[in-house]
Amino acid sequence: MEQIYLDHNATTPVEPEVVEVMLPYLGESFGNASSVHSFGRDAKVALENSREQIAAFINCEPAELYFTSGGTESDNIAVLGSAYQLKSRKNHLIVGATEHHAVFEPAEHLHEKENWSLDKLPVDSEGFSSADELKRLITDKTAIVSVMLANNETGTIQDVEALADAAKSKGVLFHTDAVQAVGKIPVDVKKLKIDMLSLTAHKIYGPKGIGALFIRQGLKISPLFYGGSHEKKRRPGTENVAGAVGFAKALEIAGRRMNEDHNKLAELSDYFIEKVIGTIPDVALNGPRTKRIPQTVNLSFVGIEGESILLSLDLEGIACSSGSACTSGSTEPSHVMTAMGKPKIAAQGAIRFSMGRSTTKKQLDYVLDKLPPIIERLRSMSPVYERT
Amino acid sequence: MAQKVLVAMSGGVDSSVAALLLKEQGYDVVGAHMKLWDFVDVGGDIYKDGRCCTIDSITDCRMVCDSIEAPFYVLNMSREFRNTVIDNFVSEYNVGRTPNPCVKCNSDVKWNEFLRKAQELGCDYMATGHYAIIEKNGNGRWHIRKGVDGTRDQSYVLWGVSQEALSKTMMPLGELKKTEVRRIAQKYKLRTADKAESREICFVTDNNYRRFLDDWNEKRGIAFQPGEIVHANGAVLGRHNGIAHFTIGQRKGLGISHPTPLYVQEIDDKNNRVVVGDNDTLYTSEFEAHQINWIGGSPDSGVFEADIKIRYLHKPSSGQVTLLTDNRVRVEFFEKQRAITAGQSVVFYEGDTVLGGGIIA
Repeated sequence: MEQIYLDHNATTPVEPEVVEVMLPYLGESFGNASSVHSFGRDAKVALENSREQIAAFINCEPAELYFTSGGTESDNIAVLGSAYQLKSRKNHLIVGATEHHAVFEPAEHLHEKENWSLDKLPVDSEGFSSADELKRLITDKTAIVSVMLANNETGTIQDVEALADAAKSKGVLFHTDAVQAVGKIPVDVKKLKIDMLSLTAHKIYGPKGIGALFIRQGLKISPLFYGGSHEKKRRPGTENVAGAVGFAKALEIAGRRMNEDHNKLAELSDYFIEKVIGTIPDVALNGPRTKRIPQTVNLSFVGIEGESILLSLDLEGIACSSGSACTSGSTEPSHVMTAMGKPKIAAQGAIRFSMGRSTTKKQLDYVLDKLPPIIERLRSMSPVYERT
Repeated sequence: MAQKVLVAMSGGVDSSVAALLLKEQGYDVVGAHMKLWDFVDVGGDIYKDGRCCTIDSITDCRMVCDSIEAPFYVLNMSREFRNTVIDNFVSEYNVGRTPNPCVKCNSDVKWNEFLRKAQELGCDYMATGHYAIIEKNGNGRWHIRKGVDGTRDQSYVLWGVSQEALSKTMMPLGELKKTEVRRIAQKYKLRTADKAESREICFVTDNNYRRFLDDWNEKRGIAFQPGEIVHANGAVLGRHNGIAHFTIGQRKGLGISHPTPLYVQEIDDKNNRVVVGDNDTLYTSEFEAHQINWIGGSPDSGVFEADIKIRYLHKPSSGQVTLLTDNRVRVEFFEKQRAITAGQSVVFYEGDTVLGGGIIA
């Protein structure tokens, strides 16, 4: 059976070029970057070179970039670390209504277990938030605002610059989860005027298990881990040198290919959206048509559950996702769809196709061939679908 | 093209072998685990044991499916399970009856939601690891027979399954003994081959249903009403803390001292009383049952004899069944039986064949 991977927002295959530069650091250059001897020095140099490259990519200083295990850890350090640092004076935080669970859950932990008050910044039907609304929510007790740059489910590109500006005008820290944005669109932390930004390697053809957090120079953050002076004590633990080297390479490739990838994916996704909407009734695109990471195509098929579509497609060799990979398997509509005000009957039938470098028009045609009969079969069994 | 089967996998050895056997028989097997409940809802320790619906059990299913080259999915049916099985379990106990949640789960979740899922996925059949046999009889109807392994037979919990559902169901273990199932699992090195089995109520994770009822009711603001424990002769012997904590035939936990052993004989919901008596008085022969489903079709005669089973571990005893209106029956055992319990299932057999069943009123 043909296998087609349309879940690049969940993760991506590692580019062979990335694997190649990582290999020496899994082999002969295996040293611990904290060791004083020559093995350690080699590893340390590779680590710092990678840091420099990644920092340059998002326009920050190398000293402002901290390696972590990935997006979830970066988000946790940003949200919890800044809350713990400021807890003697502040007890309120604001997160976007469509955040990833890696931001939501630490925020809810603070709310439920540590008496913080929590506001969710609403979004409109396409997933955009308003800076004026954010200003209204900020109080003198607000410690941090966290709003993601590009949404993992819909691809909506938030106007983070305006939101960060609103937070800054009130003297509140601003963090953005840019895991789905870095490497796909230009991201410049100076231009965005933000305090913290999470990024990760495996969404952009790098390895899993390595990510980073940008923390603006001078900002104090409580660490979540203790146990060494690695990453200036903000994230102790033996550094993942091979991961860092791979991460830097993945970004270098992403930078080189950004326009090419973007144009190709925009063309493919436009083709796909138009074909699906043209051939299947009662389908809607979730999220904006433009101002979107083009590889993300989130469609609602009215009257059926996304899970059933997902499994039926998998049985045909087509890999996609309902909601984020972390919530798949739940029949509840995703919080992102709910926050965007999608009716339950449409939200439940939401499916995300996320394309990537290897996606071809031929693959999409295969999907376009398999999808209509599946939707037809599921709707014929649906107790709630009414043919219009 | 091979026919496609969705196999309900709990993570135990039985459903693992069911999937394996179907694969060996040439079916296009898809494995699925029904996620029926969550520790957040039912209480208990997420790290403690390996029963169904835990992450470890789901991992077991996944690895077994991988070894037989079948795709595997987790299907979240916790909402349906909560709204049908758990809610019914609690509300029945709250009015002094003793429900069988497995029967309810079979008719309302497995042969409803799960079967629907199978059809949605384009499967021709669903399959389970039950020890029972499904076959079509001369009259064109589907029947259920007892599994060959008398110690494992699960036909008792299947009386509520519809004809339509039976026509789309396979139970590959019906002709096997448990020891053979284990041997097959070992031969194929399935990772669940030596896994201990659980026969307790799956969502009562600590096997303490009173604790479960207390927690569930408390979370929903339902308080038990204390009341009297009275002897069948009318004497008030003590107090109880809510009739939900009692079941017919219960001896322990009554909290009263008495020269002779006392057993719960009746739970009087209307007067919120628990009636106790001697062991002898627990033996009765007559009762009514409702919600009757005749698997093999309505009986030819309004009065007939059958072997009658009144709880999972009861040895069937013969008696006379009289059909009443509204899917009700009157049952009269030829010999008195101990602790006929309202809320439990009654199942009627002719030899090894399930004629039908219902709920003891």
